Amino acid sequence: MKILVLISNVPDTTTKIRFTGDNTAFDNAGVQWIINPWDELALTRAVELKEAGSVEKITVANVGSKLTEATLRKALAVGADDAIRIDSDPKDAYFVAKQLAAVSGEYDIILAGIEASDYNGSAVGGMLAELLGYNSVSAVSGLNIEKGTATVNREIDGGSQVLTIAVPVVLIVQKGITKEPRIPAMRGIMMARKKPLNVVPPIEADEKTVFVNYELPSPKAACKMVDEDNAKELIAMLHEEAKVL
Amino acid sequence: MSVLVYTENWDGKFKKLSFELVSYAAAIAKEMGGTVTALSIGNVDEEELSKLGNYGASKILNVADDRFSSLDNKALSKAIAAAAKSESAKVIILAHNNLGKALAPRLAVKLDAGLVSGVTALPSGFDPFVVQKKAFTGKAFANVQVNADVKVLTFSQNSYKLVETDNAAVVESFDPGVSDGDFATAVKETNKVTGKVLLTDAEIVISGGRGMKGGENWGGLEELADLLGAGLACSRPVSDEGWRGHSEHVGQTGKIIAPNLYFAFGISGAIQHLGGVSSSKVIVAINKDPEAPIFEAADYGVVGDVFKVIPQLIEGVKEM
Ligand SMILES: Cc1cc2nc3c(=O)[nH]c(=O)nc-3n(C[C@H](O)[C@H](O)[C@H](O)COP(=O)(O)OP(=O)(O)OC[C@H]3O[C@@H](n4cnc5c(N)ncnc54)[C@H](O)[C@@H]3O)c2cc1C
Ligand SMILES: Nc1ncnc2c1ncn2[C@@H]1O[C@H](COP(=O)(O)O)[C@@H](O)[C@H]1O
Repeated sequence: MKILVLISNVPDTTTKIRFTGDNTAFDNAGVQWIINPWDELALTRAVELKEAGSVEKITVANVGSKLTEATLRKALAVGADDAIRIDSDPKDAYFVAKQLAAVSGEYDIILAGIEASDYNGSAVGGMLAELLGYNSVSAVSGLNIEKGTATVNREIDGGSQVLTIAVPVVLIVQKGITKEPRIPAMRGIMMARKKPLNVVPPIEADEKTVFVNYELPSPKAACKMVDEDNAKELIAMLHEEAKVL
Repeated sequence: MSVLVYTENWDGKFKKLSFELVSYAAAIAKEMGGTVTALSIGNVDEEELSKLGNYGASKILNVADDRFSSLDNKALSKAIAAAAKSESAKVIILAHNNLGKALAPRLAVKLDAGLVSGVTALPSGFDPFVVQKKAFTGKAFANVQVNADVKVLTFSQNSYKLVETDNAAVVESFDPGVSDGDFATAVKETNKVTGKVLLTDAEIVISGGRGMKGGENWGGLEELADLLGAGLACSRPVSDEGWRGHSEHVGQTGKIIAPNLYFAFGISGAIQHLGGVSSSKVIVAINKDPEAPIFEAADYGVVGDVFKVIPQLIEGVKEM
C-alpha cells in the first residue's frame, strides 16, 4: 500500500493576520510557516500505519514555490520517504488539484486535510478525487488498513460512521485520525536531509477563482463586565439588552 | 436561469439550515432574474417537501432513493450534477457542513464551475460574480471573484436570514441516472447523536475549558444547557484529556460554530480556540483571570470563579 499525503504550507496558527497593497494580498512579512494542522495529523497517521507494517511507502506533495521546501523537509523528518514539489504558486484550488492529479496516479490512498487554515477552501481533496475518478470520504477521523482494505471512521452531520472503502481512494482528514501530531526527532531531521525532494514543473491549468481583496472583522465594542456576586444580572442583560435569550 | 439548492434532510425532516439555504438562493435568483429549484435526496414526504416552497423554491426535485443513505460522495455528487444540468443551473448552493464540503468540490469539477466555500453574504456583484467568504479561520474575510459560467457555493450557517414567501412549489420526482456500480461506500456502523442538541445547529452553546478542572464538574453546564436548549462544547485540552468527547471540541482544529450566544466557562481564549467561535453573535466569558484574552473577544464578562457563577446563572434562567 502506497500513501500520498498532500501538504499545504500555511502561516503558524498564532500569526497576526495583516494585508498589504490596499488589502489585496496577505502580508507575509515575519510569518512562520508550518504544515497545515490537518495535514500534519494525516502524515502522523500514515507514519503510524507504516510502522505497523500496513504501508510500504509515504510520499508527500506540495504545490508551492521554493519557500515551501522547509515545510516539506519537516514532513520528511516526521517520516515521509520522499517529497514532490510542484514548482508554482498555488493559484486556486482547481489549479492546485490539477497539478496534484498529474503526480498522484500510483498511490492507493491519498490523504488531504479537511481545509487549509489560510484560505479555508475545503476543496483540493475533493477536486483531486473527482479529477482522478476516485471515490472520496470526507471528515475522516479514523483510518485502519488490514489486508489491503481501508476501514474508515467519518463524522457525518449528526453522528459518526464506520465504513469500508475500496482503494484507490482520497480520504479527507480531520481531527481524531491520530492523537497528537508527531514532532520530528533529531535522527529524523538528519535523515530528512538525504531523502529525495523532487521538483517538477507545473502543467498548464486554469484558475477559476481570484481572491480580489480582504477585510478584517470590525473591531468589537468593549466587554461589559458583571460582578461575580451579581452574576444573575447577566441573564437579564442577555435577555433584555442583547436579546439573545 | 435557475439556482439549484441541495437541501439535506435528517431522518426525513429539514432543519433551519435547509430553509436558510433556500432563502439565500431565492435572494440570488431574484438578483439574477431566475428561479430556485431545490433538490432533495432521500425519503421525505410531500408535506415536508412543500415547506421548501415557503422560503422561495418554485420547483422541488425529489429523489426518493434509499441507496443514497450511504452518503457515497461519488454517487451523490453525480446525482446533484445531473440535477444541475437538467435545470441548466448557473449557481448551485450547498451547506458548508460535512456533507456539503465533501460534495461541492467534486461537483465543481464535474460542472467545470468555480467554487467558493464558506460564503457569508450575498454576492456583492454578479458581473463579475464576487462573493465574500471566511478566510484565515475566522480572522478575516475575502472577496472572491468567480471566472466561470457556473458557480458552486457552500453557505456558512447563520449567514442569512429566513425569508418566508407565499410561493407554492411544484414537486417533481427526478431520476438522476445513478447506477448500482456508482456506490462504493459500505457503511458498517452508524452512531447518531440523539436526544442532545447538535452543536452545529444550536442557537446557544455552553462551552467549558480547563478552568472546569475535570469532567466530573460538568453537571452545572449540562443543567444550564438543558434549561436553555443549548448545545455543549469544550476547548481542545478538555477533549484531549477525555473530560468530554471529541465531537464537542470547538476551535481551529475542532468544529467551527456561529451560534447567537456562546458561553465560555474557564476558557482562556487562545487564538486557535477563538478561530472556531469568533463568528458567534454574542460571546459571554466567565474567567477568574481579568487578563484572560477571552475578554477581548467577549461582549459580556464576569471575572470570577466558574463554580460560584454557574449556580447563579441557573437560578437566573429558572426565574426568567
Ligand atoms: C495548531 C494548534 C491548534 C489548536 N486548536 C485548538 C482548537 O481547535 N480549540 C481549542 O480550544 N484549542 C486549540 N489549541 C490549543 C490552544 O492553543 C489552547 O491551549 C487551548 O484553547 C486552551 O484551552 P483552555 O482555555 O481550556 O485552557 P487554559 O488555557 O489552561 O485556560 C484555562 C482558563 O481557565 C481559567 N480558570 C481556571 N480556574 C478557573 C475557575 N475556577 N473559574 C474561572 N476560571 C478559571 C484560567 O484563568 C484560564 O484562563 C490549538 C493549539 C495549536 C498549537
Ligand atoms: N498547495 C498545496 N499543495 C499540496 N496540497 C495542498 C495544497 N493546498 C491544499 N492542499 C491539500 O488540500 C487540503 C485542503 O486545502 P484547501 O482546499 O486549500 O482548504 C489541505 O489540507 C492539503 O492537504
